[in-house]
Parts: sequence; C-alpha cells; structure tokens
Amino acid sequence: MKTQNQRAWFFVLPVLVLVAFNALIPMMTVVNYSVQETFGDNLFFWQGLDWFEQVLTSERFHNALGRQFLFTFLILIIEVPLGIAIALAMPKKGPWVPFCLVTMALPMLIPWNVVGAMWNIFTLPDIGLLGYFMNHTLGISYDMTQDPIAAWVTIIVMDVWHWTSLVVLLAYAGLVSIPNAYYQAAEIDGASNWAIFRFIQLPKMKTVLTIAILLRFMDSFNIYTEPFVLTGGGPGNSTTLLSIDLVKIALGQFDLGPAAAMSLIYFAITLFASWLFYTLMTMNDNKS
Amino acid sequence: MAQIKLSNLRHSYSPNPSSDADYALKKIDLTWDDGGAYALLGPSGCGKSTLLNIISGLLVPSEGKILFNDQDVTALPPAQRNIAQVFQFPVIYDTMTVYDNLAFPLRNRGRDEDIVKRRVTAIAEMLEVTDMLTTRAANLSPDNKQKISMGRGLVREDVNVVMFDEPLTVIDPHLKWKLRSKLKELHQRVKATMIYVTHDQTEALTFADQVVVMQDGEVVQIGTPVELFERPAHTFVGHFIGSPGMNVLPCEVQGGGAFFAGEQLALEGPAKGVADGSAEVGIRPEFVSVSQNGNGVAAHVRKVADVGRHKVVEAIANGSRIHAIMGGEAPNAGDAVKLEFKQSQTRLYKDGWLASTQAEGV
Amino acid sequence: MRAKSLVPALYILFLMLPIYWLVAMSFKTTNEILAGFSLFPQTWTFDNYIEIFTDPTWYWGYINSIIYVTMNTVISVMVALPAAYAFSRYSFIGDKQLFFWLLTNRMAPAAVFALPFFQLYSAVGLFDTHIAVALAHCLFNVPLAVWILEGFMSGVPKELDETAYVDGYSFPRFFVTIFLPAIKSGVGVAAFFCFMFSWVELLLAKTLTAVAAKPIAAVMTRTASSAGYELGLLAAAGTLTIIPGAIVIYFVRNYIAKGFALGRV
Repeated sequence: MKTQNQRAWFFVLPVLVLVAFNALIPMMTVVNYSVQETFGDNLFFWQGLDWFEQVLTSERFHNALGRQFLFTFLILIIEVPLGIAIALAMPKKGPWVPFCLVTMALPMLIPWNVVGAMWNIFTLPDIGLLGYFMNHTLGISYDMTQDPIAAWVTIIVMDVWHWTSLVVLLAYAGLVSIPNAYYQAAEIDGASNWAIFRFIQLPKMKTVLTIAILLRFMDSFNIYTEPFVLTGGGPGNSTTLLSIDLVKIALGQFDLGPAAAMSLIYFAITLFASWLFYTLMTMNDNKS
Repeated sequence: MAQIKLSNLRHSYSPNPSSDADYALKKIDLTWDDGGAYALLGPSGCGKSTLLNIISGLLVPSEGKILFNDQDVTALPPAQRNIAQVFQFPVIYDTMTVYDNLAFPLRNRGRDEDIVKRRVTAIAEMLEVTDMLTTRAANLSPDNKQKISMGRGLVREDVNVVMFDEPLTVIDPHLKWKLRSKLKELHQRVKATMIYVTHDQTEALTFADQVVVMQDGEVVQIGTPVELFERPAHTFVGHFIGSPGMNVLPCEVQGGGAFFAGEQLALEGPAKGVADGSAEVGIRPEFVSVSQNGNGVAAHVRKVADVGRHKVVEAIANGSRIHAIMGGEAPNAGDAVKLEFKQSQTRLYKDGWLASTQAEGV
Repeated sequence: MRAKSLVPALYILFLMLPIYWLVAMSFKTTNEILAGFSLFPQTWTFDNYIEIFTDPTWYWGYINSIIYVTMNTVISVMVALPAAYAFSRYSFIGDKQLFFWLLTNRMAPAAVFALPFFQLYSAVGLFDTHIAVALAHCLFNVPLAVWILEGFMSGVPKELDETAYVDGYSFPRFFVTIFLPAIKSGVGVAAFFCFMFSWVELLLAKTLTAVAAKPIAAVMTRTASSAGYELGLLAAAGTLTIIPGAIVIYFVRNYIAKGFALGRV
C-alpha cells in the first residue's frame, strides 16, 4: 500500500515545471496559431475553427494521413512478429548473449539523420552496396528517387533495420525472466512448441510487448528525420508522411495557422490511438 | 503405473568428469515399487533434484539406465515417459482457467473432450477446487496454484509416477499440513507411485512409506520412517533425522568392546568385523537417561532447553556433547550427572556406517 | 540448435551491412567513390577524417552535441529521481493523471513543437545555446526517465525505507547513501536512454541552434545537401557519430536486457 502524502507534490515539482515549460507554452502557441490568421508584422486576426475545417477537409491531409497509417501499420506487422521470432531464437545464456545485445542495440544509437544518410549511401543505384546488388547483380531496376514502390520498400526496410531491435530486446527481456520450471512442466505435460509459445512465452512477454507496441506505434507515427533525409518525401509526394508534410507547411510555406491546426489534430490522433492500444492490450487484466 | 528401476546410474554436469567429486550422482541402484509412496530426503545439493530430473527425463544421465517395468526409457523424452512432476514454485498457465489448466495434459495427448471432462471433474473434486474451475488460474492463491499443478500431474490415468520437487516451499506454514495430508489422501485414492523430494524430515516422514536418504550423490539408507529413526545405517542419517539428531561419540574398539571415556559401553549386539582402533558410538537422545547419582558416564550439564512437551539436556562428557531428552524434572546447568545409554539402542559405527548387529531375540 | 542460431546471425548480418558500407565509404577517396562500385576501399585514405579533425565547424559539431547531451542526461535524471520516488512510494491527489500527462509528452511529434520551440527559446534569449537544446530534449527524456526509474524503484521493497528511518537516517542521507545504490542499475539504464534519445534527435536540436551550439548531425545535413562528391566526408562524419553510442552501450551491456524491460518484467 502506498502512503497518502500530499507533500509528494514537492518531489514532482521540478519535473512538473520543466515539462510544463517545454510542453504547455509551445502547446499554447500552437493553439493560438490554430485559431488565428496572420499576414506578417505580428498582426493576428481571429479565425475560429476555420483552419481545422480546412485541414480536415483537405485532400492533401487525407493523403498524408493515409500514408502515415499505412506506414505505421506495415511497421507494426513486420517488426513485432519479426522481433519476437528473433528473440525466441536468441541464446538464453553464454558468451554470445552480450555480443548479440550490443550489436542489435547499435542501430538505435545512431543519430536519425545519419541513419537516413547511411541508407542513402547504401542504396545509391550505382555505387551503393544494396543499389549495386539490386541493379547489377540481380538485374532488378531499383532507384528510389524515381520509383515510389522502391522508395516505400526502402523506408520500410530502413525502419525495420533501425527499430526491430527494440522489439527484440524487450521480448528477450520478457523471455529470460521465465523460470526454467515452466518449460519443464510444459515438456512433461506434452505441450507442443506452439502451445509453449501460446500459453507460456506469450503471456509472460505481454507486459513488455505492450510497451514495445506502444513505443513502436508512437515513434513510427511521429517519424520525421530518417525518411526526410532518405527520400525528402519523394518521389513526388509518395513518401510524404504526416510529420514531413507538417514541416513543409509550417517551415516551408510558413502557413502557420493550418500547420498549427494540423499539429493539434495530429497530436490528438496519436494520443487517442495510444490510449486505444493500451486499453485493448490491458483489457484482459482488468477482467475477472 | 510402473515399477521403476535405476541401474548403475551416474551423472556429472561437467562434460569430462575425472574424479568422484565431479559427479553429482555417484552410482545409484534403486528400485521404486509400483504404487509406493516414497520420499527422497537429503540436504540441499545432495543430488536429489538431479535424480528426480533423471527419472522424469529432463536430464539424461551420464551413465546407467532407467527402466520402467523393465523397459529401458533412458533415451525417452519426458512427454513419452508418462510421468508427472510438481515443481517447487507452482507452475500454472496464467491465461487459462483452472479447468483448462487441468485439461491441458490430456488435450495435448489428443483425448476426447468427454474423457477430459470426466477426468478433470473427478480430479477437481479430489482436490476440492470444483468451485474454482471457471476462474482464471492467475488469480489463485499460492496454495491453490500448487494444488492445480498437482492436479495436472494426477489427471492422466496412466501416469507411471508423480514426482514432487519440494512442493511446499512457497506455501504458508498453516496450509502446509493441510496440503500434506491432502497428498497422503490422494496417494491412497489414486494408487500411483509417488516420489516426494524434500530436505524437511517432517514432510518426508509423514508422507512416505519408504524414505530414501541421500548425501553427496549417494543413497545412504532406504527404509520406513521407523527404521530410519531407530536403526540409522549411517551416522549421517542419525544426525539428519530426529530433533535433536543422534548423539555420535568417538570411541575406542578393543577386542570387540567399545570404550568411551575409559568405560566400556554395552552395545546392542556384537560388532562384526571391526578391527581395534577408533570408531563411533551412536545413541539417540530419546534413549539417554540422566540421573544425579546412578550408573553411567560422568558428565556435566551445559544447558537445558524446554521445548514444551519435553526438555532437552545438553551435557558434556569427556569433551563430547551429548543430548538427552527427558520429561519431568531436569537437572540444572552446571550439575554433575551420570548418563546411562539404553543397551538395545546403542550402536557402533565404523567409518560412518553401522557396524554392530542386533542381538538375537531382541 | 544450429538452425535456430541462424536467425539472430542473419539478423545481425543485416544490421551490420549498412554500417559496414558507411565505414567502408569513409576510407575511400572521392575519385574511387565516383568511379563506381567497389566492395572494399581500393586505396585507403584518412583524408576524410583528417578534414573533420582539423575543421572547427566539424569538430565543434561533435563537442556541441556531447555538451548538450551530457547536460540533458544529468538534468533529466536529477529531476526525475525525486519525482519517480514520489510516484513509486506515495499516493497523492492527481498522481495518476500527472503520470499519464507526463507520458503523453512522449507521444507528441517533435515536428509539432519545432516552430513554437524556436519562438519560446528565442523569447527567453536562449536561442543557439547548449542549454536550450538540453532543456528542449527534457520534453521527452524526463517522462521517460521518470517511467524507467519508477519501475526500478517499485522493485525495491518499502521495508528498506522504513528500516533506514528506524535506524535514524534523515531523508536526504537515506536517499543518497542507501536508496540510490539500491537502484543504481536503474539510474544507469535511465541515463542510457536519455543519452540515446538526446544523441539521436535532430529536428529540435537543429531548430534551436544556428552557429554556436550547432550539433554534429546538423553540420552533416549541410554536406549531404551540398553535392554527391562529398560522400566520403559524410560517411566519415557518420561513422564518428556511431562511436559514442557504441561506447555507452558497451558499458551498460549487462543491464541491457533488464533495462529494455524498464524494470517491469
């Protein structure tokens, strides 16, 4: 039981001040922009909810949002099962464990624009390792600056490269916490490998997988730097995800009102979807 | 149901064992009769869990064979041996209901649902968990979880042996005796061979018809609880069983007689094949009587502990500590006393092993 | 067993290929890069690295990054420690709401905040300083640090606190001499995550700096956009950004499995 203690607020105060400074003031700025129109010179006019209406009905936003959902959906259905599979195949102990963990975590510690740049170099049609291999060894025409499909495949593969390890490491942490007796009991009960996975490993990984899915959802939904550096949103608008479009509008065209309205809608979607995921994934715990 | 025979079993966890010390099990020959209730008793690290895992098939022994009804099963995996095992910590499948947990081993073996239902209902009734069948197993208390893992072992009607690996470790003390008597009752009803591993003598002695005592990877003695108590085959058994354990006193053997502190002690019967030299005499505290001015070995009382039903007197005689259990009036610490040993319970041990034989007609 | 270990082996190979290519590129001469494909550098050159270590714009980029990342890690862990303690030990009015609100900041797309951050930090006169980036990164690192530390602290039995008070420890002394050592792996993991996310983030860091505090990652974007034939230089700079992460991860390798579960397994 936790002690009831209102003075605990003093402990939380520094965090509160710091995060509020960073979150509330900019958020208010965004809200402010989203309901006003400006023609420069710090002159603002009340605009009401017009920007929201404009964003919500614009085809450009719908397209970017659609691309964003497609991207996040593909990321989740590839990275989560793949990460679990790799975690299951990893050794549980021995000298290879730290080696695996360190090498797998490495991509996550590379600055995001370097990730983009690295994949750019890697996929250059004639002088990149992958680009050369595809075009000259396999004879498959591959140039992501020309072909939207190639661009999509590349940003997906890049994200799989970048972030699958997060799922692997979380799932692995869940797996190694299972006591050996569970496997022995299952063996004696005559459980198949699938039954062991379904009734022992998966339930024990549930907490960490919830974290993994939430983090992967939030981060892939908010992704900006890597695809921006790699494709710049192109060719055409084919890889212009929500964040990329937002920055284009805000900083490229300096349409602050629509950009701010879009930011708020964007944030609301992320928040709602995260809440939905979390509720769905923890629903069984609260039952019974 | 089966008779289980272990022949010439040796096991080492190191790949290239060189000396005896590398073996967790040093040559075990044992037969477990069909339908018996056995306890495997020994201190932590004596190899009892290793032995258990070899019988269940979770470990493959380095040497030797395991026979179920004279059929060699050494190479068979656990699932094909038809055995059941209950672990130290309750293993349950969190996401399933109690019913599904109990049905799991049967369903894995492709039994018909109506057989499953009949068996699960019967077992649930025996374990008194019928009213919990529809709850999620994750929500049970530890003792009920342990009941369910026992139930998963008992639910298969053809199970050769049910093994318990210190199953009461995580159970609250006041529930321990309840589960223990439940187990005993279950054994009488299902008549399966059961092997109960523990380091707790009370658990072993109350559960088992036959207790196998192990030390350092070897079986020291097999016997009924009474035999183990009265005639320990090894000083270790004497020491390990009983509270306090058997008194073991150094003595000199001369011409077949045992001498302690210059006095000859009357043994239960003649010592066979014991050469002159040093040996040990074993006598349980229950059979040592203390008197202020009677006969026996001279000693002085170091302390007296009142443990409720009786008193435990700790006396020093010739530098050796001797415990005696007595009811009624006990001497005070510091008193000079005489200790008398009951002849029929005084035994000679050479190199740890029992060396005296019982006199005829006793 | 063999077939099973093939899976992680192939995965690691897949992870290493682009990194290998980046490193290989960094040792090639511009001529060689432009001449076409070569699997290994034909003529090894250190020119790219020499340029980075002699040009202040380049090496100051590194120093700037390391300064604000370190500042951010220290600030985040310092403020998160008492807060996480409060969340793990006490219940107070609004605790759950506060915890959730903190986590929502982890969900905010950085792109949303880029422009307001620029205006905010310009307004308070911190634009183009290290502390501006360090504070801005607190937006997502402080909630994360609170979350991780709370997980680890909840794993420490409350009896430890009570025993210490019975023994006459004051709260600050208890916290520093007893409690912190008990959760030191958690502090290490939290610091690791703060380092990681501050080190890899670029959008805010770039927005809040111009010259004096410009991070290495932003220096690189200049090169990337300038022209194809500086690829060697870009690769060398990229390679150098991998090194700090590799060093940090090597130090926490033994905590990594537990750390990634955020102490919550």
